[in-house]
Amino acid sequence: MTPMSYADRRKERIDALAAGSVDETPGVSLIASAWRRLRRDPVFLIGLAITVVFVVLAIISPWIAPHDPAAAPLLDKVRPQSNPVPGPEAGFPLGADDRGRDLLSRLLVGSRQTLVVGVVATLFGLAGGLVLGTLAGAFAGRVDSVVMRIVDVMLSVPSLLLAFTIGALAARPSQTTLIIAIAVIQVPIFARLLRGSMLGQRSSDHVLAARALGVKQHAIVFRHMLPNSLGPVIVQATLVLAIAIIDAAALSFLGLGNPDDRQPEWGQMLGRSQEFIYDYPHLAVYPALCIIVVALGFTLMGESLREALDPKTRR
Amino acid sequence: MKPVRKLASLAVVGALALATASCAESERGDGGEGGGDESTFTFGAAGAPEMFDPLYATDGETFRVTRQMFQGLLGIEPGSAEVIPELATEWTSNEDGTEWVFTLRDDVTFHDGEPFNADAVCANFERMFDQNEAGQVAAEYWGYVMGSFKNDPEGSLYKSCEATDEFEATVTINRSTSGFPTMLTLAALAMQSPKAMEEGNANDIAAQGEGFSFPDYAQNPVGTGPYQFVEYDQADGNVSLEAYDDYWGDAPASDKLTFRVIPDESTRRQELEAGSIDGYDLPNPADWPGLEESGNSVEVRDPFNIFYLGFNPEANPQLKDLKVRQAIYHALNREQLVQTQLPEGAEVATQFMPSTVSGYDSALEPYAYDPEQAKQLLEEAGATGMTLTFAYPTEVSRPYMPDPQQLYEALRTNLEDVGIKVDVKTASWNGGYLDNVTAGKYDAYLLGWTGDYDSAFNFIGTFFGNLKENDFGTEVMPWGKKLADDLQAADAIVDEDERATAFEDLNRQIMEEYLPGLPISHSPPALVVGPDVEGVVPSPLTAEEFSTVSVGGQ
Amino acid sequence: MVRFIVRRMLQMAGVLVILSVLLFVWLKALPGGPVSAILGERATPSRRAALEAALGLDQPIHVQYLRFLDRALHGDFGASTGVLPGEDAFHVFLIRLPATIELSIVAITLAVALGIPLGYFAARRKGSLLDSGAVVFSLIGVAVPVFFTAFLLKYFVAVQWQLLPVSGRQDARLDATRVTGLFVLDGILTREWDAAWDATLHLILPALALATIPFAVIFRITRASVLDTLDADFVRTAESKGLTTKVIRGRHVLRNAMLPVVTTIGLSLGGLLAGAILTETVFSFPGIGDAIAQGYREKDYAVLQVLILASAAIFVIINLAVDIAYAIIDPRIRTR
Repeated sequence: MTPMSYADRRKERIDALAAGSVDETPGVSLIASAWRRLRRDPVFLIGLAITVVFVVLAIISPWIAPHDPAAAPLLDKVRPQSNPVPGPEAGFPLGADDRGRDLLSRLLVGSRQTLVVGVVATLFGLAGGLVLGTLAGAFAGRVDSVVMRIVDVMLSVPSLLLAFTIGALAARPSQTTLIIAIAVIQVPIFARLLRGSMLGQRSSDHVLAARALGVKQHAIVFRHMLPNSLGPVIVQATLVLAIAIIDAAALSFLGLGNPDDRQPEWGQMLGRSQEFIYDYPHLAVYPALCIIVVALGFTLMGESLREALDPKTRR
Repeated sequence: MKPVRKLASLAVVGALALATASCAESERGDGGEGGGDESTFTFGAAGAPEMFDPLYATDGETFRVTRQMFQGLLGIEPGSAEVIPELATEWTSNEDGTEWVFTLRDDVTFHDGEPFNADAVCANFERMFDQNEAGQVAAEYWGYVMGSFKNDPEGSLYKSCEATDEFEATVTINRSTSGFPTMLTLAALAMQSPKAMEEGNANDIAAQGEGFSFPDYAQNPVGTGPYQFVEYDQADGNVSLEAYDDYWGDAPASDKLTFRVIPDESTRRQELEAGSIDGYDLPNPADWPGLEESGNSVEVRDPFNIFYLGFNPEANPQLKDLKVRQAIYHALNREQLVQTQLPEGAEVATQFMPSTVSGYDSALEPYAYDPEQAKQLLEEAGATGMTLTFAYPTEVSRPYMPDPQQLYEALRTNLEDVGIKVDVKTASWNGGYLDNVTAGKYDAYLLGWTGDYDSAFNFIGTFFGNLKENDFGTEVMPWGKKLADDLQAADAIVDEDERATAFEDLNRQIMEEYLPGLPISHSPPALVVGPDVEGVVPSPLTAEEFSTVSVGGQ
Repeated sequence: MVRFIVRRMLQMAGVLVILSVLLFVWLKALPGGPVSAILGERATPSRRAALEAALGLDQPIHVQYLRFLDRALHGDFGASTGVLPGEDAFHVFLIRLPATIELSIVAITLAVALGIPLGYFAARRKGSLLDSGAVVFSLIGVAVPVFFTAFLLKYFVAVQWQLLPVSGRQDARLDATRVTGLFVLDGILTREWDAAWDATLHLILPALALATIPFAVIFRITRASVLDTLDADFVRTAESKGLTTKVIRGRHVLRNAMLPVVTTIGLSLGGLLAGAILTETVFSFPGIGDAIAQGYREKDYAVLQVLILASAAIFVIINLAVDIAYAIIDPRIRTR
């Protein structure tokens, strides 16, 4: 292993993944061979199970939640002093939060906003990365070096510090600013990934063949190069989702989250629970556990996918 | 690998050499380890003090520290808002209340050994009056109570000070007001050593970027109080004070007083439970029972504040109709709000000031919760289904509003129940909310006030006494000017009883005829101290003196 | 070599200048700020205007920026309005820096002391219970938000069991002499052993929480690197030469596997800054991270601006230092 700087290390990790799309004939065989191994990998299966449960929950939760997460059926029981956080009772197995809202319903429905924040942030990050990466990868040369300078600068700042700075620059914290802050730190990751994958394909047989057949440049990029980069992008997206959910919680904790809590989100619930953390730690522990389990699920799945797609381990 | 080793060993040798060469001297006094048998009261502060010159201080964290080191001509009776003698033993005025003679204590010295006398008093007044451009803005409280500074003598309440005898100072003011001399109880107007101020260039304050840079004196304050300044350790956020041996009054119960900055609320509580601090201010009401359970005592102060819903008829002309404002008042279930949302000891407000202030009209009854009447009034005014842009602040907790969002949600539900459409607005307290309120951007908003001293004008005068600039937009109301003039007139009455009656009348008029905003409640702020702490006297003005506080029964 | 360093320095300076303009303009455009913080409920339009005029906030933004630059070149970065009111913002950075340095050193030491042996033994026994256990543990470490780890440590160790102090850097009642600002070192230098010991106790929990981030990285890099080396040709050669396992492990595997680990350690130091924002906040530990979070809460833009710039600069400098160190150690890199 050659020594390298922090940014280089982040770069290499990404590039290794990008390489996964290059050297093998694209399409069925790659996925099939990966799937064959993944099917028997318990780590992957656990991760997959957690992820599926989480996504299904996010979709159906409004219908299975016993109460409206924004309504406050137990508000009458809230006394700021004697009973700030109503405990469990019939119909409210986990009790309520400090505004008299059913905690179980908020946790269930919270999965939805958490997924939204994670997915939308990742999609934004992916979109930004797609633009930069495609530009760099497709045109190479001067465009490439300019774009990559920008990306390298972004990669050389600790991601949470960057997200914090962007969040702090918003006039008023909201779900949108939170998503943007998290999306921005993902842009360089996806950009580098796509660029690496595309540069690798530029000289690959199928692209050369297409070019020789006179296929137009944009068609080559969009029909041939981009689809082939999908594998590593999906792997990276899974890993990034986990980080996005954790970072969202961290930013909420620092006061950069969405101040409007009618639609619950785990990171926000965890951030807001600090006030009662001494006497009512369960308000923090439940959303924290949810975040940990889901982040773990995405990480386990992503790491095993990465290993499965890594050409080095496949040999 | 080899060069690394070389480098590493070089570094180690270098560090060792440096350490032995510069082996620093301990600056500890003779007390030796741990401080021996000295007793210390350690208080957890929520934020760093601005500096230690009370004239330029604006926040409670700073005043809490300066109050232990400085005293004013007039003091406040511990446990109440009542004015008592402090550095002045008595004071009298001429008939029109413009010339005040203060008889001073003759046994007082400043911490630097300088005598306290009439010359010192006048030096203080002149110093406060004579501020440079930055100082005029930074001396926030002087500007607030006195109006202006030396370069604008017309606008100033203060006129001159003369040492008529060694221990007799005569202060002349330009017009009579209920605020004088009560305002001399303000921590900001405390007496400081003229010599130390001169040596430390106390008036050399300058604007630096968005803040102020303070002169040397502000880090080396010299007063007359029971404690004197020792040091401010910025690296760890500790302020230490120690007893002043030649203090004129009773020696303080603890030898040392330490303030430790702990910005996080739940951490303050944990530190108290762990015993590394002996008390902190404004515990979260939710923590009160838990704190008491573990043996701490939560000292609840008498409420000296008002929480209100303000209107701005300029932003929403429908609010110009008294019936609409009354309808909104009747729609609010304040009884329930106080019971469910505010800590024990909170009260429903009947007017814009707490009952302890003279001029409070005890005959006023609270507006009843009556949604039916509210709907009817709205219909009469043709405002059924009106839309109200109603705002609350985030990222803040004030003594009168512990959790703004929670209070807001309760009020909003009340409004929606009578068919008012609420357009929810929010901004962070010092990130736009206050700007928007003063700029009149909201139809209705949540705000409040904690009294500075015992004066009716300090409450309703602040709210409605200035016609051009007030948050209630009274300028566009037909009665706005009359109210402002009446308030100023009442404030100028010299006789105390007469003045109190005038303010009582005004309070009634405000509530029955004008209703420029809706007073909601008064809440008691609390203070908590550890199990072995004794002698804390909670003050409604949050002006506790710690000189009577002892730890561990010493 | 010199050209390499100079080029990197220039690049860094350029990035910082651009960042400073962006930060300045943007922070200025935000509503509220110091004026609201100072006036509070007493704010009226005329008082606000007077304060803004006194602070020069009524000037056009480019004038304000030029003034800021001019002052900054004279070492004046604006006074703090919330974190340490009245103190120059750069001074706030200097006052708070030693705390973060101290914390980072202890955290990275803990991460190394745990990560390297664990990584080595996990690799030696790849697939064993120890290995999978350690791998899962490090993955969980990644999935748990740092501030939650910090909270758990504080809640149980400090509050429930009262084994260690809850927050801060030193007991306020200790009369400790300050020399370097590194409290432990100060205590040793002045022979105030109680102060040094107390400061050490205060460091343990925040450092443990902060260490979870570099620990996971160091563990995984060590494991991967040892695995790579065990597989490498020279180890096979050594084995075939019949050298004892002890010699192989000591002389060949460990030494060669350590190179990437050492880089990781150097570089994790920079990454700790981000984690410090969270850990220091939970433990009210008065360092840079705590100041950044507090500066945001209190809209202390002068401090926020300087601290973000300084943190970015520190981070870049550490990266540069590591690169230079490598260029010296490993001549191959210079040709890149």
